[in-house]
Amino acid sequence: MRLDAKGESESVPIERNRAEQRRPSGMRLAGSPLYRNWKRRAVLITVGLVALALVLLWCSTIGAVSVQLGDALSIIWNHTLGKIFPPFSETYTQGHDSIIWDVRVPRVLLAGVVGASLASAGATYQGLFRNPLAEPYLVGVAQGAAVGAVVALVLPLPLFLYSVGAVQWLAFAAAAVTVAAVYGLARVGGRVPTTTLLLAGIAVGSLATAFTSFLTYLNADKLVTVYSWLLGGFNLSSWDKLLQTLPYIIVGLTLVNLYGRRLNVLQLGEEQASNLGLNVEALKLVLVLAATLMTAAAVSVSGIIGFVGLVAPHTVRLLTGNDHRLLLPLSAIFGATFMVLADMLARTLTQSEIPVGIITAFAGAPFFIYLLRRKKRMVF
Amino acid sequence: MPLLEIDSLRVGYGSRVVVKNVSLAVEAGELVGIIGPNGCGKSTLIKAVSGLLKPASGKVRLAGHALATLKHAERARLVGVVPQSPNLPETFTAVEVVMFGRTPHQHLLQNESLEDWKAVEKAMRSTDCWQLAERYVGELSGGERQRVLLAMALAQEPSFLLLDEPTTFLDINYQIEVMEIVMGWKAEDKAGQKRGVLAVFHELNLAAQYCDRLALMSKGEMLVMGTPAEVITANNILRAYGASVMVAPHPVNQQPTTFILPTLHKN
Repeated sequence: MRLDAKGESESVPIERNRAEQRRPSGMRLAGSPLYRNWKRRAVLITVGLVALALVLLWCSTIGAVSVQLGDALSIIWNHTLGKIFPPFSETYTQGHDSIIWDVRVPRVLLAGVVGASLASAGATYQGLFRNPLAEPYLVGVAQGAAVGAVVALVLPLPLFLYSVGAVQWLAFAAAAVTVAAVYGLARVGGRVPTTTLLLAGIAVGSLATAFTSFLTYLNADKLVTVYSWLLGGFNLSSWDKLLQTLPYIIVGLTLVNLYGRRLNVLQLGEEQASNLGLNVEALKLVLVLAATLMTAAAVSVSGIIGFVGLVAPHTVRLLTGNDHRLLLPLSAIFGATFMVLADMLARTLTQSEIPVGIITAFAGAPFFIYLLRRKKRMVF
Repeated sequence: MPLLEIDSLRVGYGSRVVVKNVSLAVEAGELVGIIGPNGCGKSTLIKAVSGLLKPASGKVRLAGHALATLKHAERARLVGVVPQSPNLPETFTAVEVVMFGRTPHQHLLQNESLEDWKAVEKAMRSTDCWQLAERYVGELSGGERQRVLLAMALAQEPSFLLLDEPTTFLDINYQIEVMEIVMGWKAEDKAGQKRGVLAVFHELNLAAQYCDRLALMSKGEMLVMGTPAEVITANNILRAYGASVMVAPHPVNQQPTTFILPTLHKN
């Protein structure tokens, strides 16, 4: 049935319409998913999670020492469910056990968690600002978070503060100030146009970067620590780091996913969203804080990694459309997968490790240019 | 009790007062039109009634409730708004956009219920855009978009509609269509209670044809209020707009009809 045939679908129930739907010609983005299509949503999210799990497993077998997939599975099983259920026999060496469980598994998980938060933060900022180019790195929030994290690293804080998340909280505070500044500067008559957003992002981001450099320069004794962290990467991953970050990211992910439908309504503009009974200011505050919390938590463990928040949400948009109830979870899954793969390349492409930000920039910068070029036609 | 009561309202943007001391009531079953030149405060008045602008002084009451005490969702279940310059997200389908109208009836964690779907279908059928359900909003014509926007407000199931120049940019056939839809909606009862409409008009003849009463505003103040015949007179139009026109009864229904009098460079 042709959708644009006038009157034909007059009395056809929506479900049937949907099953046979065909995209009208001239569509630039693949169609947004339809409401009530919970089956499709569940299938897509399940497929995504399974793919992510496979990528996580596969990437944990690859590295300077390669481990058999079966051995890796046994090791992971024996460290987790094997403690309750019958364990697999130990056909692997103790060295492999330590490489997989102590080094690679926390590393791929941390990369996944950071990828998921940067991608979700990107999707949230894009929906909030109604601007396709909003992304933690491009709007300067990541650089802002870095200032807070560097302050925490160079200040002689008592050690116990680090164990209660001093780095994360300072990063969050600095990132919140940054996002408020960028939003305030970029806002023109209730909207956030791309040009002012990017300009404000560059200005505030540069200021933050200058501040970070200055702090680093003043604290030359900690130069190596700070600089290796700033470059961005997962070479210092550990279970401790993962567990320190996870709570913030879980809170952020849960919050933004709860508000998926309201983010959709916000696409009508703030006035109309308010007319429809949303408390727009409260909604914006919750979402900005949640996205900023995720960004700060990600930056405080892995430094500044750009473009993930751009690549992941827009790839999902191209595939499934703009319904945030699907966009947000799929962006998280895709961002995690993307980051795990990027980190795997970062540690295997050359003899020594290269910063993962280089890989994400190679993938992300062309994407950015592509989006910028089609910006005029891209409607939010 | 009037559905909408505006009592000596003063409202503006920051320190700039745009609406000064306006009082107005809309009874159940009434369609009241606001007319006046650009910048006279018509849209600002609508924004104050829809809760977007906080009054500097004065009161707005909706169905007996003081607007200031209503929660966002409570207010949105009472009053629906069709804005002047709609900003529709083009990559959503028409049915998805109309479903946005159900927002005040949904909790944060609630999904669309059967009731929501029924309301959406009813709203889309009554605005003649059900056949557009699966089309992307970005592909619709101006008239179709306006109907989708109207359907969104109707899906809210409010008792009261605020229309801000609902027919601007529309061809004459769509102007009539939109007004007929509004009249049809108003004629229906909502659970035994009559509905009301407050609408801003650009087009004087359209306002005269459809409104029960008119309010003519000028420079933020109410110049004159009454039936179309009382409000639309050559003298009032001259006072408010500064334009010389001729007003004569409509040949069919006797409503006052405005005629432009071109004076320049005519021999």
